[in-house]
Amino acid sequence: MKQYFKNTFDALWTVLVGMKITFRHLFVPSVTIQYPEVKPVMPDRARNRLFVNMDDCIGCDQCARACPVNCISIETIKATPDDSPGQTSQGKKKALWVTKFDIDIAKCCFCSLCVYPCPTECIEMTKVYEFSEFERNDLVYNFATLTANEVEDKQKKFDVFMAEKEAAKLAAAKAKAEKLKKEAEEKKKDNPESKSEE
Amino acid sequence: MYEFLVDLLGNNIAAFFVAASLPLFLFILPYALFAVLAERKVSAHMQDRLGPMRTGFHGILQTIADIFKLIQKENIRSSQTDKILFNTAPYLVFMGSFAAFAALPFSSWFMGTSIDVGLFYFLAISSFVVAGILMAGWSSNNKYSLLGAMRSVSQIISYEIPTAIIVLTMVMITGSLNLDTISDQQTSSFWNWYIFGGAELGLGKFLLIPLMLASFIIIFISTLAEVNRTPFDIPEAESELVAGFFTEYSGMKFAMFFLAEYANMLAVSFLVTVLFFGGYHSPIGYLGNSFGIEWLVPMEQFLWFSTKGLTFVFVQMWLRWTLPRLRVDQLMTVCWKYLIPYSVAILLLVGLITLI
Repeated sequence: MKQYFKNTFDALWTVLVGMKITFRHLFVPSVTIQYPEVKPVMPDRARNRLFVNMDDCIGCDQCARACPVNCISIETIKATPDDSPGQTSQGKKKALWVTKFDIDIAKCCFCSLCVYPCPTECIEMTKVYEFSEFERNDLVYNFATLTANEVEDKQKKFDVFMAEKEAAKLAAAKAKAEKLKKEAEEKKKDNPESKSEE
Repeated sequence: MYEFLVDLLGNNIAAFFVAASLPLFLFILPYALFAVLAERKVSAHMQDRLGPMRTGFHGILQTIADIFKLIQKENIRSSQTDKILFNTAPYLVFMGSFAAFAALPFSSWFMGTSIDVGLFYFLAISSFVVAGILMAGWSSNNKYSLLGAMRSVSQIISYEIPTAIIVLTMVMITGSLNLDTISDQQTSSFWNWYIFGGAELGLGKFLLIPLMLASFIIIFISTLAEVNRTPFDIPEAESELVAGFFTEYSGMKFAMFFLAEYANMLAVSFLVTVLFFGGYHSPIGYLGNSFGIEWLVPMEQFLWFSTKGLTFVFVQMWLRWTLPRLRVDQLMTVCWKYLIPYSVAILLLVGLITLI
């Protein structure tokens, strides 16, 4: 019987305790952020959309190789001496034209592994997190600054340069071979008995 | 009110219909819209959230938008349901819960019908809901609906016993079943409310106070169970039974169950108000009387009545967001082992006290 009244009292009392707690919470400022109007403050090291500063990119391909999901694809063309891509902001000389720098952000796993190897610190994780698209292809970001015509131009220049180089090399090789031949002939003339030559 | 309408319309029957349906359109439907929003806001703030914020200032138009959405929705009925019962059930529940308001005195001037068996009518018509719920659950041809309906019926029928016993106690004290008369007995001061033992001063009044407090708690708990609210919401138990007896309903029929639930909440709050908290009477007196403006008094009474009713609705919401759901056996324990013995004891004691 005593237990019975104790149960009754406990039931009512604990309900009142609970009600006190919920009533107090009625006046606690809410934790909700009114999202599109009020943006949450991202932490300092938040990892969201990738950004590449193409002015600094030297096309070294290290980020693409570091990427665990292969979402970065880079193509480069060697620069010719007469048409240099310039320097990075830290004064490093660029040697390559970056003709393609695509990041498929849909594949990206936001691991930030591409950021660490970059020698010029041109690829970084930004705090932008609103980049949904209606088309999946729109999630492939093209960072390369060269237009298609420019790429063709650079390719042509490189081809011409290579061809010239090849030609020069051939010529040099020819000249060298001729020179050697001449020398050998001259040697032969000088002492035709020796057989250890050649 | 009724006499005024008779004068206005020149016809007794027309006046009767208008008088009986006015509370519904003037008060209950706007209240239901408000209460659904209030529930969401109260629950949100109790959980440190904000609740609906988009539609209108702080989301005040949210329920109206919801109602428009529900009206536009297709009425889906699965092929294996019992068509007649399935379609009647929401109307029955809706009607049962809204008809209860006809007997409630909103003010001395504004009352659906002043019938002499008001209290009895109220209990009878509000248990009409049980039939509707059982029809909905059975005809849905869905195991969750049927389980929900069975739980609901067992619960409502069990909890009607303590409610009825406490109402009987109150009838013993008041000597009337007319809700208007009961309200009038508690006029002029809050000290005259039945929660403080009624208007008659004497030893009986002070003996009644603890008993009245206890019976208020009992009737509050049991009416809470009757309207299927948490912690007694096992018929709807979202986590167990999808949505209980109205799982299969969609669109406006679903909305009718939904609105009926909120109307029921208010109806039982009003019942508690009338029985224990002076009905429409002000606890401190009226501005209209002190300034001699006669037409202000019914307005104030209406304001007091709705304030008291909405306070209890708020307490019901408050409890909902405080307590977890009871198990079925705990539910039955609360009713049969605790509420009914206590209410019977109160009935006996009050009977003895009224003999003094």
